[in-house]
Amino acid sequence: MRRIGQVRWELAIVVWAVALGMFFPILWMLLCSFKTEIAAVATPPALFFHPTLENYHAVLERADYLAFARNSVLVSLGSTLLALALAIPAAYSMAFFPTRRTRDILLWMLSTRMLPAVGVLVPIYLLWRDLGLLDTVFGLILIDSISVLPIVVWMLFSFFREVPAVILEASRMDGATQIEEMVHVLLPLCTPGIAATALLSIILCWNEAFWSLNLTTVKAATLTTFTASFSSPEGLFWAKLSAASTLSIAPILIFGWMSQRQMVRGLSFGAVK
Amino acid sequence: MATVELRNVRKQFGTHEVIHGIDLLIQDREFIAFVGPSGCGKSTLLRMIAGLEQVTEGEILIDGSPAQDVPPAKRGLAMVFQSYALYPHMTVAENMSFSLRLSGTPKAEREQKVRTVARILEMEPLLERRPSQLSGGQLQRVAIGRAMVRQPKAFLLDEPLSNLDAALQGQMRLELARLHRELNTTMIYVTHDQLEAMTMADRIVVLNQGNVEQLGSPLELYQHPATFFVAGFIGAPKMNFLDAEVKTVDAQHLTLMLTTGTSITVPAPLQKLNANEKIKLGIRAEHLALEPEGELRGEIEALEHLGPRAYLHTRLADGTRLVAQTDGDTQARPGDHVAFRARSEATHLFNSSGKALTRSDPQAEPC
Repeated sequence: MRRIGQVRWELAIVVWAVALGMFFPILWMLLCSFKTEIAAVATPPALFFHPTLENYHAVLERADYLAFARNSVLVSLGSTLLALALAIPAAYSMAFFPTRRTRDILLWMLSTRMLPAVGVLVPIYLLWRDLGLLDTVFGLILIDSISVLPIVVWMLFSFFREVPAVILEASRMDGATQIEEMVHVLLPLCTPGIAATALLSIILCWNEAFWSLNLTTVKAATLTTFTASFSSPEGLFWAKLSAASTLSIAPILIFGWMSQRQMVRGLSFGAVK
Repeated sequence: MATVELRNVRKQFGTHEVIHGIDLLIQDREFIAFVGPSGCGKSTLLRMIAGLEQVTEGEILIDGSPAQDVPPAKRGLAMVFQSYALYPHMTVAENMSFSLRLSGTPKAEREQKVRTVARILEMEPLLERRPSQLSGGQLQRVAIGRAMVRQPKAFLLDEPLSNLDAALQGQMRLELARLHRELNTTMIYVTHDQLEAMTMADRIVVLNQGNVEQLGSPLELYQHPATFFVAGFIGAPKMNFLDAEVKTVDAQHLTLMLTTGTSITVPAPLQKLNANEKIKLGIRAEHLALEPEGELRGEIEALEHLGPRAYLHTRLADGTRLVAQTDGDTQARPGDHVAFRARSEATHLFNSSGKALTRSDPQAEPC
């Protein structure tokens, strides 16, 4: 018993150390956002300083934060809904009507995530330009949903696989069409998993910067573009950049904090039957 | 109420054929059991009737109309699954009324039908519970109730009792038999347990490797197994089989030389047999009697006391094992040397290809 207790303590120390290590950059960013530009780059860094809100004032004066935030909300929710709408039937079909090629298709889908986005920048840019989707919220929703789709399909596929096929057969015997089978039986059974998938997708889309920077300018730009606009090749900008970053990540951080219970529940869905 | 007819039904999974052309007519209101070892195709056959599995070739007719292209729900059949397959996120009442909800039945009518079925199955207090709050027996009742609410033309039951403990199985067997009497509906019951089939079914279909081995009433199968396979499958304990060679044969009698070195005379079959032909002799445990002068001698290896009767597991001189039934108060003990006499007119004979040799015209059974 004593040994187990000791191991638990050691483990707790390691876990705390790792967690603090991961949290440190965010903490540092938060501290910098309340420093003056001079204090933000001072060496050695000042741990105790007079906090100031001047960076936040400057950032909010220079750009329409709410417009960027609104785009971020629209893009992350829209992309997630579109990705779910496409992925649910795809995962259903692959989980319950697998063919010899299902595994290959799943791996191929995942492999598209391994391709650096910049590799398809030119064709996507030209396509979006010709379709009139550049700098539109819909254009960004489309590209973001495509980029999260493999992960969403994979997650849903593994959640759906946990549902015994016989339950769906029972609903078929009860007279359910495939749509009814999904709506009344499969989706309610997988709610925790779908919620976790949706949360993860929202977070990924919120933090997505590459397409936002390259396919939008003003109208459809999201908070990642807003943040990037405060970085400059010269001059002092760390404190303002930190303030902009803090403003960008604050909503999703709060959202993630609030939904962590659902996330954990969903990700461990089916693990204990 | 419905007849279900299978005409040359075949099923292939890829290139592998699992059902090799089955013809069967299930009568209206009949309780028929498909029985056989695992992998014999009984569940596949049931799933094809249900519409959950496509028929590769042949026809399925429900009440005379072809059903292969009719979706499962439109066939008017209800199924009870081995794992119950209840919807975990719905209450018992919601589980039972789901089919009615899908078909657009008004709420009041749904509730009334659910209450009626719940009353018959004595599970009214369970209606608001979820499946996770029920015991195995209760889950089984709900699964049956869900099927009953639909008032189907026929019930399809896929090993519905195999997840229950022995005591509950016995109780549910009686209950299912009672339900069949009360509902007066066709029931098709799949089981690997010959005891379930024997105790409940009007007729039994014995399946082996995708073929019908025999179709008949429980007693017919028990008393007149058509093949070596059926003889071994139906009945507990299993029929004893002894290797034998034809010594002499005339119109009345057949004398066999057993591999134990002793000979036995039994009534001759209708089929012609030649001297020295190798056959199998089948004897049920209850047709062996302890007798000092009996032709089957051996040593008792184990004794199974079942109260009113006991089984003597005996090893014969050539190593063949034999199970004999005797009175519960037998004085025999393991290690005793004993002799049995077989009731010769109750023995069974099987030729080298496994077909039964008959002593009278078997009653032709419509298939």
